Parts: sequence; structure tokens; C-alpha cells
Amino acid sequence: MDLHEFLTPPAETARRKGPHDRIVMSSRVRLARNIKNAAFPGWAKKPERIKVLESIRPAVETLPEMAEAFSQSMDNLTALEKQILVERHLISREHAAKSAGSGLVLNRDETLCVMINEEDHMRMQALKPGLQLRQVWAAIDHVDSELEKKLEYAFSPELGYLTACPTNIGTGIRVSAMLHLPGLVLSEQINPIIQSVNKLGLAVRGLYGEGTEALGNVFQVSNQMTLGEAETAIVERLEKVLAQIIEHEENGRAMLLEKKPKTVYNHIGRAYGILANAHSISSKETMNLLSLMRLGMDLGLFPDVDRSLVDELFIMTQPAHLQKQHSEKLSAEERDLLRADMLRERLKQVSRPVSKPAAETGGGLDKPDK
Amino acid sequence: MLCSICKEREATVHLTQIAGDKMQKVDLCEECAKTKGVNDPTGFSLADLLLGLGASQEIEQSSGGVEIKCARCGFTQADFKKAGRLGCPECYKTFAEGLEGLLKSMHKGTRHVGKVPESLRQTRDLSDRLVGLQKKLNKAIEDENFEQAAQLRDQIKQMSAQLGNIAAC
Repeated sequence: MDLHEFLTPPAETARRKGPHDRIVMSSRVRLARNIKNAAFPGWAKKPERIKVLESIRPAVETLPEMAEAFSQSMDNLTALEKQILVERHLISREHAAKSAGSGLVLNRDETLCVMINEEDHMRMQALKPGLQLRQVWAAIDHVDSELEKKLEYAFSPELGYLTACPTNIGTGIRVSAMLHLPGLVLSEQINPIIQSVNKLGLAVRGLYGEGTEALGNVFQVSNQMTLGEAETAIVERLEKVLAQIIEHEENGRAMLLEKKPKTVYNHIGRAYGILANAHSISSKETMNLLSLMRLGMDLGLFPDVDRSLVDELFIMTQPAHLQKQHSEKLSAEERDLLRADMLRERLKQVSRPVSKPAAETGGGLDKPDK
Repeated sequence: MLCSICKEREATVHLTQIAGDKMQKVDLCEECAKTKGVNDPTGFSLADLLLGLGASQEIEQSSGGVEIKCARCGFTQADFKKAGRLGCPECYKTFAEGLEGLLKSMHKGTRHVGKVPESLRQTRDLSDRLVGLQKKLNKAIEDENFEQAAQLRDQIKQMSAQLGNIAAC
């Protein structure tokens, strides 16, 4: 099956709703699992990797959750297709670099995804929009319990699930949330927040995970330790920290509006001005400006537009998604021109930001229960 | 010129790297160049290569010249230094001693807490109960309560069979 036909159009994914989704863009839990008596993918020779792939893939494909799934060996995907999957946060950048002997199984509604022979034999993940950590844990826990009936895992009673990297041993779990934090960035509180989150043993990363920068004020917060703490305890700990970050972000926004409204309106107005009028724009600049427009929408400065427009453009303006719409290979410069064309066209229908938010939507805070 | 790693074969790959105002040179034979990943220019830095050389020497010294190697997959401690990842699940036993401190420093605990595969949990529960029954049986025999002992013996038999079945599948 063709990946492009399979994937949900960005306009539709952008409309998916979840609790607290104005700050928490998505929740994710991934589990690392390995097969007993087989070398880890990084050390296994190609024939062994292929053998492992061939034993895991049918086990995953036949799960009821994977009915009508997209299942493919990585060597059958083009570089463009892999990049699109990365931009959709469905596979890691590391997995995109894989070829023969690695594979991918993605369920119909793109909420479950199993990477086969990434760093571990299996990296399975569940994703949902908004703050839904318990739900994604329950979903992936179930998939894992089904798979352990069919596959013999490498497991030790003392060390738990054995993983290629000692940093993932034990539960093999990474619980993470993708957060949009323009308020903390603009009010310059982000660094102390990151530091205190780090002190709690949690990692803060950029948009595409490990070793990436926080484009568009988007940060990923996740657990680091996997041994000596149960899955549910990790989920609960992260939930508590996220509730606090959400509160700080909302307070940051409220404080900015109260103390420096002109600065906020200036940032948002300029962002809109450039996005709606540029003739050449990089993907990095686009993301940073779209982030400000998204903030503007949360603050009620664009009363006639739905936020899903910005979320859709967030996906559509990324390099591989842009390339996909054009048959000829584009250079970076050409992409910048076409990106600007698309933005001007899509923002034509959006009136410039009002300078005073509408009473009922403006400044309405969305604080989670603690 | 001989290869600077194995010092056996003729060096055919000559590398020069200029970092700042310092120039470093390394001469390698084709085989060593391949194992060090030198033909892959993206993931290669001369500094890493030189550092890697030093690190593996250190391990050899610390283990009295005998390098520990995983019997299952052939992975060595030097490979771990280089990759930061292990070769196979069995490596956790092979390198248990060296890993202990590492795991302690990076995790909350050193023992797994949390999910256990169902089949193992069943086995564990059963073997725990078996141990209990065996104790009761011993007590019953001691007390010359043979009727109870016979019952217990049958229960133990049944449970052992169950345990055998689980282990077999």
C-alpha cells in the first residue's frame, strides 16, 4: 500500500482534539522490547536482523489493533516517505536511516506504531492528542501483553526487559509529552523551568526528540530513568510535573498580557505580517512564527479562525511535506519560495490579529486539576 | 609503513586531520580502517579514533590483559565503549560486573520494578506456592499426618506438571 494514500491528511490530523491541547500537543508512551537469544539490531548481522524482522512482523500485523495497518520493510520506503514519517513524529530519525532488515507497522488511525529493529528489536509506541498519558500507557500496555504471548522477550527478573542501551533497561518505557510553551519562552522563564524539570530526573528535548532544538517553542518532556520505578509511578510522576508546567505556561501568558501586552501583540502581529506576506521563508522561521500565531489564537486575537489551521500549516510547511506536493526535486531555496506561496495563499482568509482579545476567549486559562 | 593499529599489515589508508592549528596523522591498513568505520566519512573523527584506541587499552590493562567477550554474540567491552550499546541480551550477564556501577549511576534503582511478562509471573507464583507446599508436606510427615501428606504430595505433583507445561510452551 502507498504510504501517502494511507496517511491521514494534515488538515484532518490537525483537527484531532485532546484534553489541554492548547499546551499539550500530544502524549506518547514507547516501550523497548527485545527477543530472547538474538543479538540487538546494532550488533546483529544482516541475515539475523532479517530473521528477527520476519518473526516479529507477522506477530504485530495479526494483532486486532493492527487491522488495516500499514506494514512495510524500511528498504521499501523512499527517503521522502521516511522523512514524512519523521515529520509526523511516527518514527524516529534513527529509524528513518534504517533499510533492509528493519520494518514499520502503523495502525489505521496512526495512534499505534511499532518500529522493528530500530535500536531494539521493537520500539512500540502509542500516541494521542492532548494530555492523555494514562490512556496511551493503557493502550501500549495492552499491545505489549498481546505480543508477549507470541514472542519470547529478553527479560531478567532482576533487570527487567533487557535493551540494547543500558539507559532503557528495566521497564523499557519512555513516557513523553510534546508541549507548546511560547509563554514561558517569551517571559524568559523557560530555562529555569527546564533546569528544575531536569533536577526531577526528567529530560527536556526539542521538537524531534534527542539532540534536536526546540523549534516553534515546542518541547518534549520525558522520563529518563527506567530501572527501579514502575511504569504507573513514572506516568504519575510525569503527570504531576506536566500539570505544573501547564500552570506555569498559563500564568506566564497571563502575566505577559498584563504586564507587557504591547510586546505580545507586537510579536504576534509581526508573525502574522511575515507569514501572510513573505515571498521566501525557511522552515525554521515558519515554525517559530506559526508558534506565535498559535499563541495569538489561544489568546483570542484571531477570533474567526480555528487553531487547526496553524497546526495544519505546522505540518504542511515542513520540508518533506512540501516536497511531496511537487513532482520535481526541490532545492532548499525553491522550497522557501513555495512555502511562502502556500502560506500567503492559506492566510489570505485570515484577518490580521485584533489588538484586544474577545472577552470570552481572551486570557481564558486552561489549568489542569492537580 | 605499518598500520598504526595492528602494527602488522602495510598501511594503505592515510588520514590527516587539521583541528585549529594542530595536525594529526594516522596510517591504517585496509582492514583496520574498515573496522574503525573510516570509510564512512560522516561518522568519523580522528579524535574519536585516537580516544578509542586509548580506551580499549585501558580495559585490557584493567582486566589483566584478558578481554572479556560475550560467549553468545562475541561482543567485547571495547565494543561497548565504542558503541555505548550492548551486543545481545546475554551481554548483561557477561558484563554484569562492569555494568553494575553504570546502572546505579543512571537509574533510580538496580532492581526491576514494574511489568513482568505474564508467563514468567505465572511461573514465579507457582514456584512460590510449590515451595510453600513442600514445607507443609515436610511438616505433615514429621507429624506423621500421612493422610494430609498424601494430599499435599498429589497437589505438588499436579503443580509441578503445570509448571512444566508453562516452561515447555
